[in-house]
Amino acid sequence: MANGVLAITEQRDGKFRKVAYEVVSEGRRIADGLSGPLTVVVMGAALGALAEEIKAFGADTILVLDDPALADYRTDAYTNALAACLPAADPAVVLLGATAQGKDLAARLAARLNAGLAMDCTAVRVQSGSVICTRPMFGGKLFADVTIQGTPQIIAVRPNVMPIQRAAREAAVDTPAVETGEVKTAVVEKLMDAGGKVELTEAEVIVSGGRGTGGNFQPLEELAAALGGAVGASRSAVDEGWRKHGDQVGQTGRVVSPALYIACGISGAIQHLAGMSTSKVIVALNKDPEAPIFAKADYGIVGDIFQLLPAITAAVQKIKS
Amino acid sequence: MNIVVLVKQVPDTESLVQIAADGKSIKKDDIKWVMNPYDELAVEEALRIKEAKGGSVTVVSVGPQKAQETLRTALAMGADKGVHVNDPAAEGGDPLATAKILAAAVKGLPYDLIICGQRAVDEDNYQVGAAVAEFLGIPHISIVAKAEVLDGRIRCHRSIEGGTVVVEAPLPALFTTQRGLNEPRYASLPGIMKAKKKPIEVKTIADLGLDPATVGAAGRKVVIQALRLPPERKAVRMIPGDTPAAAAEELVRILHTEAKLI
Ligand SMILES: Cc1cc2nc3c(=O)[nH]c(=O)nc-3n(C[C@H](O)[C@H](O)[C@H](O)COP(=O)(O)OP(=O)(O)OC[C@H]3O[C@@H](n4cnc5c(N)ncnc54)[C@H](O)[C@@H]3O)c2cc1C
Ligand SMILES: Nc1ncnc2c1ncn2[C@@H]1O[C@H](COP(=O)(O)O)[C@@H](O)[C@H]1O
Repeated sequence: MANGVLAITEQRDGKFRKVAYEVVSEGRRIADGLSGPLTVVVMGAALGALAEEIKAFGADTILVLDDPALADYRTDAYTNALAACLPAADPAVVLLGATAQGKDLAARLAARLNAGLAMDCTAVRVQSGSVICTRPMFGGKLFADVTIQGTPQIIAVRPNVMPIQRAAREAAVDTPAVETGEVKTAVVEKLMDAGGKVELTEAEVIVSGGRGTGGNFQPLEELAAALGGAVGASRSAVDEGWRKHGDQVGQTGRVVSPALYIACGISGAIQHLAGMSTSKVIVALNKDPEAPIFAKADYGIVGDIFQLLPAITAAVQKIKS
Repeated sequence: MNIVVLVKQVPDTESLVQIAADGKSIKKDDIKWVMNPYDELAVEEALRIKEAKGGSVTVVSVGPQKAQETLRTALAMGADKGVHVNDPAAEGGDPLATAKILAAAVKGLPYDLIICGQRAVDEDNYQVGAAVAEFLGIPHISIVAKAEVLDGRIRCHRSIEGGTVVVEAPLPALFTTQRGLNEPRYASLPGIMKAKKKPIEVKTIADLGLDPATVGAAGRKVVIQALRLPPERKAVRMIPGDTPAAAAEELVRILHTEAKLI
């Protein structure tokens, strides 16, 4: 009978993404709730000893799928490889991160297995043996508690939400034969942003700017740098050509969940809130005391961002030094 | 190029979405319904490809009678024909159930390329596209900000965290849209007039040869137990200050010592 949890990690260039630790930690909690084992899957090519790094987070078994065909994420190769090794593990729950990769893989895998999938969940709990997932819908205007019938129950969790928790165990590492099957898609090029920046969905702090920046994001960049965070944008700022599409937060942009979201010169339109309302703490800086963003914020200052931001950055630097 | 676009009618993003008496669904009456914004990108992209390469654009939707408005909008933008799966048995499905219907509807059409939204901004499921592709046995590429049709292949710029990967797949294939792909056109008045005469084929679950028990609400695997409002935040704490510098320092002090975020 289906039992326990299979958690699929995500790595890039031989390094786990933050969401991998979140998924394994959450996987451990769900597995404990179900009194079942946690199997962790590490996928890629030339992985070396990468699997060792995840041991500290509580896996019972680690499945390493190491194959040249898995070098870059490709839906078909990854789905085929997973579908081939799932029956042996027979998990009750398959868990992964709702990243660009995870959402894509979860959706295709769910269809392959004819299994129910709860996408982009912000909470998962086990109650008398059944798993209940909470997922925001309608751009976060409502939260739904959902259950999934049949097995496996596939759950994709929103990045930056699940707490990372260490739980050392003796994990057995298994390297099954990898079956990638027929692969039709090919990655022909990778156009990555300059390195060294914190990724928006992984950032603990996001300093986000709107039309009120007038296109000058320099003071936001400086505060983000002081806080080790990332810079986001409203759709207006993107439409103006001030920031790239990948920076857009909202209903037609990225959905983010940082510990701290600082909205600078953003009015707080409902479509913007859709992308950041699950941030833990929201700070609004706006010169208009009536701006709707204040109603959704934890802390607010009425003022000009070009006066406030340099002062905030200076105060942060003082604390940090 | 025969292109199929999947379009869904969703509540306007400005709408107040309220929980119905059953606690598990939303009140549908007072809502303004629109085409899912990501599907507008899909229709636009299909029209541009058709304009460049020739062929046809067929739009397909599963939904109640009202959903035909969305098909008409797409026809007014320039699509050639519509297919509307309108059957009570098709309603209330989860993404997998809906994808089964869509795949069955698309199977009966000539297609080289299918385009759909990355997510519908109602339940934000991000699922139907991949599932339709799987059921049709064709490759898919999701979250695409730029697409080029090459000889027998599609090359897509797929947005991922921290950049873009360029992925190719042989046709027939499906891709899902990302903002930045294009700026959708508005339907022109002549377009709206012409759309009235364009055909919309209406189909039922039986027409598609599907078992009603596997689709719609009956086929749901993901069951909504309860809807609720998101947890409320405490009232905003406005930070005063005689000068911007004083307010800024107070904010940082609070974030450091009270919220412990710095
Ligand atoms: C279908 C649809 C989808 C959408 N999706 C998104 C989305 O994903 N993300 C998104 O963000 N929007 C989205 N929008 C757009 C949204 O409705 C708003 O238009 C947009 O968020 C407004 O951006 P803004 O707050 O930057 O600009 P504005 O609304 O123009 O607000 C600018 C704010 O800056 C303040 N300001 C100006 N100067 C200063 C200064 N010097 N100091 C301090 N404050 C200042 C002003 O008081 C004002 O509050 C969508 C809209 C639609 C219809
Ligand atoms: N009922 C439907 N009719 C037609 N297309 C749909 C329907 N539901 C979803 N889609 C398509 O699938 C995309 C993703 O939807 P979802 O997976 O529900 O977020 C949408 O943007 C549409 O293109």
